[in-house]
Amino acid sequence: MTPLSLSASTPPAVLAQLSVDAAVQFVLDSVWGTALDGIAGLTGIDMLASPFMQRAYLAAICIAIIGALVGSFLVHREMAMIGDTLAHSAFAGVAVGLFVNATFSVVVAPFVTALLVAAVAALLVQSLVDYAGAYRDTSLAIVLTGSFAVGSILVTATDGGIAVGINAYLFGSLATVSRLNAAILLGLSVVVTAAVAVAYRPLVFVTFDEIGARAAGIHVTRYNQLLAVLTAVVVVGAMQIMGVILVAGMLVIPVAAATPVRGFKRAIGVAVGVGLIATTAGVTLSYQYDIAAGGTIVLVAIALYTVSKLSVRVRHRLARRTQASSAAAASQPVTADGGDDK
Amino acid sequence: MVLLDVDDVTFAYGDQPVIDGVSLAVESGAFLGLVGPNGSGKTTLLELIIGLRRPDSGTVRLFGDPTHESNHGERIGFVPQTVSDTNGAMPITVREAVRMGRYAHTLLGRFTDDDRAAIDAALQRVGITDIADRRIGRLSGGQRQRAFIARALASEADLLALDEPTVGVDAESREAFYDLLHALNEEGITIILIEHDIGIVTTHASEIACLNRELYFHGDPESFVETDALADAYGGGQSLIHHQH
Repeated sequence: MTPLSLSASTPPAVLAQLSVDAAVQFVLDSVWGTALDGIAGLTGIDMLASPFMQRAYLAAICIAIIGALVGSFLVHREMAMIGDTLAHSAFAGVAVGLFVNATFSVVVAPFVTALLVAAVAALLVQSLVDYAGAYRDTSLAIVLTGSFAVGSILVTATDGGIAVGINAYLFGSLATVSRLNAAILLGLSVVVTAAVAVAYRPLVFVTFDEIGARAAGIHVTRYNQLLAVLTAVVVVGAMQIMGVILVAGMLVIPVAAATPVRGFKRAIGVAVGVGLIATTAGVTLSYQYDIAAGGTIVLVAIALYTVSKLSVRVRHRLARRTQASSAAAASQPVTADGGDDK
Repeated sequence: MVLLDVDDVTFAYGDQPVIDGVSLAVESGAFLGLVGPNGSGKTTLLELIIGLRRPDSGTVRLFGDPTHESNHGERIGFVPQTVSDTNGAMPITVREAVRMGRYAHTLLGRFTDDDRAAIDAALQRVGITDIADRRIGRLSGGQRQRAFIARALASEADLLALDEPTVGVDAESREAFYDLLHALNEEGITIILIEHDIGIVTTHASEIACLNRELYFHGDPESFVETDALADAYGGGQSLIHHQH
């Protein structure tokens, strides 16, 4: 950690770096660390007092929130697979970063190259859909395989030397959540949440009725691009815990589990809740049984999705039974409103 | 006052011409029924009118300005086809959908009292206040179309553009829906309606435009029934007789 020693001659860039460090230290240690230490003291759960797990839980919460926020727009635009495509682009970005580090005497954080490549891929997918007239899933498939092809070539081009580093990104791991990574994910989460809060109305309009939004004079292409880039940011942020292959799950599964809810804003809230349960339970189980965090989180999320779907079925069946019995009691025909046919 | 002025407009998808030399002027307060066979370019013409597409040649002026260059989004209420163009599985309520009518006015930032009042008034005007908190995907076709009309009214639009709004809506709801359109037109809202049922158009519209790539007729419904425009546009007279019920 950088020691916090200042003098009058300290250059502004160093000052900025120091203030960022101080902010990270304040949030991670003074606020988050102290809070979890306190909970650990009260409940006797030692796991919460370990700095390693404190970072993992912080990352879990961030992933749950931003995944559900952005995923709510993707799922209802039938763009669920864009997360997977951008994750594979991010993989290519990681490979580019590791390749540059291994080949040239430059130091680039793989995270930065991943973010850049995924953002470019996001805009590329959107342009293919908008201008090239390609089917959406076709353009997603082209960018997905193209990115993975670039990544695989770069990995092999360095005699397999970077393959070890790549493995952690492919499958995700709690061990990769360093202080710096946790701080970056927290920063990205603030940016994503703020962007969705500001652009909520145009995003929801475009999601619900793109032609209507266009007719109302909303710059649809701009918001499509914003959504694609936000997706890239979420994917890169969540990739380290979830792994490239599973990261799309957190954009899709909690949102799908929240679909029976009435009201879009409320559904986003429920999706965040489902995501929080899945990520915190997943991280805990992963730590206790020493199993992959990404896989555990996704399986918990799918279990919650299954419960959600089953409970809707049971509720409808009960409603029909009540309706039938009250109809029989009144000996009058009852007209079903066909409300659950969608 | 001329609200819409289409001047010698041509449009093609690639090398497939869809609209060929169409000129048409619509006065403010009119109820224009746009008819023509399948694939005749009706939807494309409507999209050109509300600025979703740019003509290959010619100009479309709406509210006095070329549509693809100006933004009159808050003055246009667009009602799409019932099922295909909107997202039925999205957990959005009627009120949330109607609120979108205000987005052209207040896209970012807090809603004002005026915004909220317009939303409540619109829900009430089309008679769906009691179902405002239901999911729009769970409504019947007729109720859903009312919600879209409410969205247009919430935006305080001068022009309602409707693309076959009652596909899949039962006959009774359809009749009530057109009565509502009629009433809104009497209150001064200009309506442009694409409708495949010629009988409905000739009953409710104040003028008819009959299209099949070119414009075959534009005038009042009485003259339309008397001319051969429909038969010419459809390439045979049978469907005309079939629809006149």
